[in-house]
Amino acid sequence: MTTTAKKSLNPLSPKERIKVPRQLMPEQPAEERAHNFEEVNLGYSEDLARQEALRCLECAKPTCTDNCPVGIDVKEFVQRIVIGDFLGAAAKIREANVLPAITGRVCPQEDQCEGKCLLSKKVKPLGIGYLERFVADYEQRMGTHIVPNVQPTGKKVAIVGSGPSGLTVAGDLIQKGHKVRVFEALHEIGGVLVYGIPEFRLPKQIVREQIDYMREMGVEFETDVVVGRTVTIDELLEEEAYDAVFIGTGAGLPQFMNIPGEHLNGVYSANEFLTRINLMKAYKFPAYDEPMLDLHGKDVAVIGGGNTALDAIRSALRLGARKAYVLYRRSEAEMPARAEEVHHAQQEGIDFQMLTAPVEFLSDGKGWLTGARCVRMELGEPDASGRRRPVPKAGSEFDVPLSVAIMAIGTSANPIVQSTTPGLGTNKRGYIQASEETQRTTRKGVFAGGDIVTGAATVILAMGAGRRAANSIHEYLTTGQW
Amino acid sequence: MFNIIHAQFLAPGIKRFVIEAPRIARKQKPGQFVILRIYEEGERIPVTIENSDPERGTINIVVQGAGKTTNLLNTLKAGDSILDVVGPLGKPSDIKNYGTVVVVGGGVGTAMAYPTAAALKREGNRVISIVGARNKELVILEKEMREVSDALLITTDDGSYADKGFVTDKLRQLIENGTRIDLVVAVGPIVMMKAVSEMTRKENIHTVVSLNPIMIDGTGMCGGCRVLIDGKSEFACVDGPEFDGHKVDFGVLVQRNAMYRDAEQRSMEEFKRRQDAQVCVAQGEQR
Repeated sequence: MTTTAKKSLNPLSPKERIKVPRQLMPEQPAEERAHNFEEVNLGYSEDLARQEALRCLECAKPTCTDNCPVGIDVKEFVQRIVIGDFLGAAAKIREANVLPAITGRVCPQEDQCEGKCLLSKKVKPLGIGYLERFVADYEQRMGTHIVPNVQPTGKKVAIVGSGPSGLTVAGDLIQKGHKVRVFEALHEIGGVLVYGIPEFRLPKQIVREQIDYMREMGVEFETDVVVGRTVTIDELLEEEAYDAVFIGTGAGLPQFMNIPGEHLNGVYSANEFLTRINLMKAYKFPAYDEPMLDLHGKDVAVIGGGNTALDAIRSALRLGARKAYVLYRRSEAEMPARAEEVHHAQQEGIDFQMLTAPVEFLSDGKGWLTGARCVRMELGEPDASGRRRPVPKAGSEFDVPLSVAIMAIGTSANPIVQSTTPGLGTNKRGYIQASEETQRTTRKGVFAGGDIVTGAATVILAMGAGRRAANSIHEYLTTGQW
Repeated sequence: MFNIIHAQFLAPGIKRFVIEAPRIARKQKPGQFVILRIYEEGERIPVTIENSDPERGTINIVVQGAGKTTNLLNTLKAGDSILDVVGPLGKPSDIKNYGTVVVVGGGVGTAMAYPTAAALKREGNRVISIVGARNKELVILEKEMREVSDALLITTDDGSYADKGFVTDKLRQLIENGTRIDLVVAVGPIVMMKAVSEMTRKENIHTVVSLNPIMIDGTGMCGGCRVLIDGKSEFACVDGPEFDGHKVDFGVLVQRNAMYRDAEQRSMEEFKRRQDAQVCVAQGEQR
């Protein structure tokens, strides 16, 4: 018996492919976008997408797929773009990822698929994220969602939290014929996708479209339900007769530094700052009722170096801040934010003060913030995270005048579900214990995934956990075996 | 959508709403609250739950018109609806038999104190309630409080009803008379809770206060409601709203609650202007 490799549909030889430059993402000019909330990236045209797709080397063992938390068949979907079958490409992605328009925009591709792209040994990696976004947007424009027709299993699953992990579980399970209901604490569906990530990086319309698609597939949503308070996990299982529950309640409580002055007016957590803007539309005050401090002509700093920090400070810039600083205690190499966001922020004029940390917030004596006393740091030995530990330099104190300071230094576990669910095991940091393979918790029929298990991470890692949980829930519902 | 089944003013500017919210009604315990948003462009505000009826699936909330949202809420009637009501939020009051408990309700805070007083009474405590208001008209839930209290003491700032003075005057009298007090629960304006806490600190009487900082989500996610307790940040929505009154930094609470005063005033002025315009139109139509 002989096997022949599937013939490539790509007209270019591997050598020719390497010569094609990575197609640039069209974007709003930095000076314009610094003053609006419209999306920064404008998306590939069909021509740009096909041109970029031609660069794929079609590796026999694609490392891109191996490095995707949800295992998207990148080679296959990119080939479909080459031949102009954009809907086919979308369908291929959807086999592994129910939210492609979102991940195409917010995944840290440089650490995942693109980071391991063979092209990157010689030239720039294939623009996998850009291509994913292109096909997802194309599919949306065409309005040709495929609503799968599956045999109902008669089982029903409750999903707690409508962020990336919960939506993934919902999307996967509905396609396996289970009845799915998603409970959300806030008044809008989407979790961090709607309260956290700003419009200029992920337009809310995109999130709504993905959610509408899920509704079409039969997923039910109930807002204004804080599981643990409004209804408990046990009540869902016993009284509401759900066969399984997935907990994806997300990042949790914002952390503060516990330095003097953190209670001054003008000091926000990034979660509060972003929630006021993204969820409550406070920047449209007084058309919307939720207020926020007026940032026009004010100096603003964010403390932290992750995506949340950049989302917050770039929002502040768009709201009229005069100076917008990132104060980060390590160096640029250690910043956890997506490379593209750092690049965009630099273009927009954000002032990055690396190796800098506040030690005290300064007050006007009437309860309002006037600045931050900072120290410069240097990097010492690696710490538990593997990154070099920042150590304050003696005598390096200096003051930065500020009207608003935004703390984006991470989160700790939200205790509401854990404290109201007897027998649900947690780790010493308070996050829910769940198997890395099956996402099973210590309670029969209860699964968990995303930030409430791992601590703050990324959208795609939460979706990866959601995918594993969905498979595992399906197995449990089918076999009854725990 | 949450339907308003009944709405009635308890006092000028203070209104009680009976709202269809079956899930909340089943779970509500004394000391908890809800967050609501009236309409799409609305803000989220925490509101007191005064009572609930799990069988009918309704909760009673009590609102005092202060800013735009609360004043707008007070224009709503039976048959209207509220877009979002979420809860019950916060930790319930710690209800057990302490012995003698003094429950202090100041102004609209009486509505929050009432279910706690009732539960403490059911648990076998001797409940002495002190209700204070600016004047006679603003004394609310007198009958309800009397029903759940072994004694009810009332004060008005201007003396227009019962005894002239403040709730702290009554509390001091109780202390001076040698009444054994095992716990004080105080719910009301910040200045009142602070004054009560200062008085009981000297007497070493454990005192619980219910804090009302600015909130958005109410689930611990935003950290906007952080309060300083014993020098440490805690979140009123998940760690509270009840805290040991002797550990609360009331100054920080007052300061943080004033953070949006300018915006709140602007909202309120525009709301009043629009209300006045509506009244003019309505009067014009009548003519």
